[in-house]
Amino acid sequence: MIVFNNVHKSFGTIEVLKGIDAEIRKGEVGCLIGPSGSGKSTLLRCVNGLESYQRGSISIDGTVVDATSRDIHSICARVTMVFQRFNLFPHRTALENVMEGPLYVLKENRKEVCERAMELLDRVGLAEKMHAFPGSLSGGQQQRVAIARALAMRPEAILFDEPTSALDPEMVGEVLQVMRALAGEHMTMLIVTHEIQFAREVADQVLFLDGGKIVERGSAQEVLRDPKHGRTQDFLKRVMHPA
Amino acid sequence: MSEFLSRSESYLPFLLQGLWLTVLVTLLALCLATNIGLLWALFRTSSVNLLVVPTRFFVEFVRGIPLLVLLFYIYFVAPEIGVNLTAFQSGVLGLALAHSCYLSETFRAGIEAIDKGQIEAARSIGMRRPLMMRRVVLPQAFRIVLPPYGNNIILLLKDSSLVSVISVTDLTMQGKMLASSTFDNMTVFTLVAFLYLCLTIPLNLLMRRLETTMGVGG
Repeated sequence: MIVFNNVHKSFGTIEVLKGIDAEIRKGEVGCLIGPSGSGKSTLLRCVNGLESYQRGSISIDGTVVDATSRDIHSICARVTMVFQRFNLFPHRTALENVMEGPLYVLKENRKEVCERAMELLDRVGLAEKMHAFPGSLSGGQQQRVAIARALAMRPEAILFDEPTSALDPEMVGEVLQVMRALAGEHMTMLIVTHEIQFAREVADQVLFLDGGKIVERGSAQEVLRDPKHGRTQDFLKRVMHPA
Repeated sequence: MSEFLSRSESYLPFLLQGLWLTVLVTLLALCLATNIGLLWALFRTSSVNLLVVPTRFFVEFVRGIPLLVLLFYIYFVAPEIGVNLTAFQSGVLGLALAHSCYLSETFRAGIEAIDKGQIEAARSIGMRRPLMMRRVVLPQAFRIVLPPYGNNIILLLKDSSLVSVISVTDLTMQGKMLASSTFDNMTVFTLVAFLYLCLTIPLNLLMRRLETTMGVGG
């Protein structure tokens, strides 16, 4: 589904991705973990063309992602993204935020879009907040609207860029619960996260990135419970026992 | 005082004719300047160098010329190259051109103030730039630029008095003619100033009202 083939990316003279090879299969949940600055977010942002890469290729169901091409928009519509800071449109209600894509990008029928958007908001537990503006919603609620917005495009895969990092601790659970449900429905997801416990539960594949390279990969069991590599062990120790 | 009032009464119809023309010139120029200014701002913020560079040059160029000179140019010089405009048309065009350049900078500031995350969010649901501008960026930028935009409208209204110099019979022109035929400078120009204030003060209040109403709900 999403195939990385020797992906290289630099910002100026600094190489942030040094040859990434990986594959996320259809219906699979991939978790990208690693210390900050390791290139996980950059890698994720290359998938839907928010960043360009210099060498190698990323393809989605055989279509190569090229941030400079004119078709990049159709890739974005197929693989949507959920951001750390939600990025809801503040001048539109929760319902309008969810409807925006299908209505104006996919140009679907307004009535059907509205019904589906209401269903989606109901699914993320926010049916009663559909006419609220983002400013009046909590972080957790905003992120759930953002997930509904990403789902409304009927994407082939969803990218999550540290979806819980900007949340107060008590709101992390409600967002993870929605994501857990999606994993249960075999939505293809690629998640950058620091929630190791969550990754253990849902990930079919865990990729540990450090210094722009995949240092270790495997099932959640292999990488998170029984890491082989010293750097993975160090990282997990620090994340699990910060003090 | 009573003398002032009785004189005013006889001057007023004449001045009101001018006031009407001032309003007309201002509204037409504002409409044009807003649209053209938005176009410049969109060009300036695009990633196409072929649009960015000439626009920047043009805006800097026009902003560097006094409005009065610009009006003279359109009214007196343009006919020599075969472009014949009436005084009224020249006035509207000159005001619109000059203010489109001021407004474009205001609009550009508004567009650039939009959080990058908004643009990424719009892109990540497949929006192309025109749609993103229309649905995401401009509605938010509009709120940001409302106060400076209101300020610009008032400046434009006051600048419209310059068209009197190329013989448009606006409020200022009518005042000048009235003053030179009656020698009653005191009454006439007091009235002229008062009539301008009758336009600018309500406009100010309206803009402030609009800012408060636009502030809620988002």
